[in-house]
Amino acid sequence: MNYQPVIGLEVHVQLNTRSKIFCGCSTRFGAEPNAHTCPVCLGLPGALPVLNRQVVESAIMAGLATNCAIAHKSIFARKNYFYPDLPKGYQISQFEQPICEKGWLDIQVEGQPPKRIGITRIHMEEDAGKLVHGLGNGSGVDLNRAGTPLLEVVSEPDFRSADEAVAYLKQLHQIVTYLGICDGNMEEGSFRCDANVSVMPVGSATFGTRAEIKNVNSFKFVKAAIEYEITRQIDLLSDGGTVVQETRLFDPATGTTRSMRGKEEAHDYRYFPDPDLVPLVISAEWVERTKKELPELPDVKRQRFITELGLSEYDAEVLTSSRSLAAYFEETAAVAHNPKAAANWVMGEVTRTLNDRGLAINSCPVPPRRLADLLHLIDKGAISNNIAKKVFEAMWQSGKEPAAIVEEQGMAQVSDTGAIEAAIDQILAANQGQVEEYRSGKEKVFGFFVGQVMRAMKGTANPAVVNELLLNKLKG
Amino acid sequence: MELHTLTIQQLHQLLKNRQVSSVETTRALLKRIETTENRINAFITVAADQALAAAEAADQRIANGDCQTLTGIPLALKDIFLTEGLRTTCASKMLENFIAPYDATAWARLKSQGAVLLGKLNQDEFAMGSSCESSAFGATRNPWDTERTPGGSSGGSAASIAAQQATATLGTDTGGSIRQPASHCGCVGLKPTYGRVSRYGVIAYASSLDQVGPVTRDVTDAALLLQAIAGHDPKDSTSVEQQVPDYSTSLKNDVKGMKIGLPREYFIDGLDPDVQRAMDNAIAHLKGQGAEFIEVSLPHTNYAVACYYLIATAEASSNLARYEGVRFGHRATETEGLIEMMMRSRAAGFGAEVKRRIMLGTYALSSGYYDAYYLKAQKVRTLIQRDFSEAFKQVDILLTPVAPTPAFKIGEKTADPLQMYLSDIFTIPVNLAGICGISLPAQPSAAGLPIGLQLIGKPFGEETILRAAYSFEQTTDWHRQKAAL
Repeated sequence: MNYQPVIGLEVHVQLNTRSKIFCGCSTRFGAEPNAHTCPVCLGLPGALPVLNRQVVESAIMAGLATNCAIAHKSIFARKNYFYPDLPKGYQISQFEQPICEKGWLDIQVEGQPPKRIGITRIHMEEDAGKLVHGLGNGSGVDLNRAGTPLLEVVSEPDFRSADEAVAYLKQLHQIVTYLGICDGNMEEGSFRCDANVSVMPVGSATFGTRAEIKNVNSFKFVKAAIEYEITRQIDLLSDGGTVVQETRLFDPATGTTRSMRGKEEAHDYRYFPDPDLVPLVISAEWVERTKKELPELPDVKRQRFITELGLSEYDAEVLTSSRSLAAYFEETAAVAHNPKAAANWVMGEVTRTLNDRGLAINSCPVPPRRLADLLHLIDKGAISNNIAKKVFEAMWQSGKEPAAIVEEQGMAQVSDTGAIEAAIDQILAANQGQVEEYRSGKEKVFGFFVGQVMRAMKGTANPAVVNELLLNKLKG
Repeated sequence: MELHTLTIQQLHQLLKNRQVSSVETTRALLKRIETTENRINAFITVAADQALAAAEAADQRIANGDCQTLTGIPLALKDIFLTEGLRTTCASKMLENFIAPYDATAWARLKSQGAVLLGKLNQDEFAMGSSCESSAFGATRNPWDTERTPGGSSGGSAASIAAQQATATLGTDTGGSIRQPASHCGCVGLKPTYGRVSRYGVIAYASSLDQVGPVTRDVTDAALLLQAIAGHDPKDSTSVEQQVPDYSTSLKNDVKGMKIGLPREYFIDGLDPDVQRAMDNAIAHLKGQGAEFIEVSLPHTNYAVACYYLIATAEASSNLARYEGVRFGHRATETEGLIEMMMRSRAAGFGAEVKRRIMLGTYALSSGYYDAYYLKAQKVRTLIQRDFSEAFKQVDILLTPVAPTPAFKIGEKTADPLQMYLSDIFTIPVNLAGICGISLPAQPSAAGLPIGLQLIGKPFGEETILRAAYSFEQTTDWHRQKAAL
């Protein structure tokens, strides 16, 4: 029998607000344990939550960017369970009336037509703290993270392959980082996902029993975890077994999933509206204002790069992969008045040098304006493309302007026929044997002469002028 | 002069004119506590040294010409209010050694005026009870008859007033916990409208019902103390931004033409004859002053107790989850693993009534029961609110008994929780509706036990009930009667 996988995703997006969702404590990562805590996020008796408006703003932005309806009134609810990293014994989340509902994203898997994925809901909630093990004879509780704002984005079970799931995740990741509401750091857990996976016989109308794979924190692992789980379930069913509803954990070391807890151990969270928080009412004006202030989203930007700047689909795709890369490119292109060259340079030298040094575009020491200056020098014919690469390297190191570097290091392109002719004469005189070879028909030697001349002039000679003069001399 | 018998208003005048000092008043009250506590047990913690230091500071402040209403006034707080540096137990073994790192907003406001904190008052454990018997620190006794309970849960707040151990106190009222003990102890107890006073730093029992309020010797003091604690608190999202009126303008004898409703469901056949007599007498008094009485109906009254015990326990089951021994409070030792540690800490830290309510609430919220219990109770709550808003279309305030009987005997109802729960039958609907109510002394029972009269107002209608209460008080002297201790 052939089986059809059915996958749904729950993505946790950690918001990058400065303070926590229900108190004024800092959300900064990496502080001393429990340094960023107060009575509210410690869950002390008598403490009460007060909603951070910036979190609501971020949720509205996420909802608008994923085509959701923004609820005029939404409710916070308590999700009750005991765990030492959960100070109040309940997590404040949203349950029956979330802030965003009924959205969608169009995804594209290579070689397949675009596909619309439904987004069931997006809701706001607080993160838990974390346990620190191996402290002598006990474990510690660090509540710095407790109360960090999260958005949970729940998709419909619309995916039919791991590739579709990954395409969706990448797009969602791109959207939240574009919106500037999440730093997108998957290793630190700022963007993590749970996958619900089931399989059913092809053509079946009812879904199979699903397993939930918890907390997968890279695109690669999501693909591996889902594919492993699909195979596991199909093998199980093919052998006459049954899939049990359970929570499973992905182990990146082995590429497999293993059972964490079964349905019988599933929590009854006893959700109910949190009486400490009044219903959240969002006016139409608030939504409109946010909509107006929404940054250009990747899809729109990509399209604009193609139609307005004349980039290829591939270039537009690469350059819009992150908002900061796109911004870097756009500024360079605008100042240089040469989108194509800017694209080549940003995707080429800039990206390569950043990758070599393990830097992100925000840390690029050459600002877009300077890069544009460099492109100007090339366009004017003041330097060749090859020299420009050296100038770029020098700009990276010294932070100086390209013109100053060219000047200092005598890298200006020489088009003066006198200087070039003199160099050519010298080379030809010193290599009489090769001159004979050329004249007897071995035209390949021509490249050798060009190389020698360029070397003699330290690469500054205008290649077109060299070619022309050399040809005349050799023929003459 | 018997400094321990004074009201806030009287003492304020004396302090302001520098006829007495806060230190000597504080000493007098501490002395009174010392001589009466073995019979009453109103306090869990007496903070003599801190109180005298605060009194000294207050005298200094007064000497510098800064004498606000509560500067130098010795107060005591129900042990549910967090007080920085002074332990807050909520009358539970769970918090036996808990010292909060911050002040409840209501206390912080009094403290900023220079009020003196004598100590922390006994109550039912986590405010769950109507008799002060569920305290892990022993029952409080009623100063009018020490064989009887003072009522609850703010039993210590009322008993300490009746025993003249404090000038005024604060309590909390979730289903009658201020009004019922005030009634049983012959003092004035005010439950403000939900949202009028901040709940920040008040240990939560049932968050949608809990409200802070004063317990005092007379109506004037209730108005003065409410004035000091009322108003929006940015730390409590449920506290309203509505401006606080000047309650002292309500302190005038003027009920002429006021329409007072008598809810038929509260004057049932078989009401305790002493209570019935006190109500009849009160009605006659107010009629005599020109008030107009109209019979009204609150048809869903019968469902209030059931509704309350679903909503309050559901919220409590969640509110009390934080007491698991991880970060503070009682922790069981020599346990195997996390779950056992949490279970045994809770098993040992909580008393029977608290456990009963946690179990009830957990059940009401459980999957499969939520709709039938919690959700239905919320719908009933809406109907009860509607009953009141309908009634208030016809009348300005309502007059009812506070409790079905005068104070009952210690141990009389502890074996039968349902009987105990029914003692709040006339006060619970006010909390469910989120409106305000005041309890003040009416004609005592034949045996000389205090009986309270309840006046219920519209949302933020404190001014109107204070005015009616003040008028009533002017024509009676029951509030001046003192327990013979």
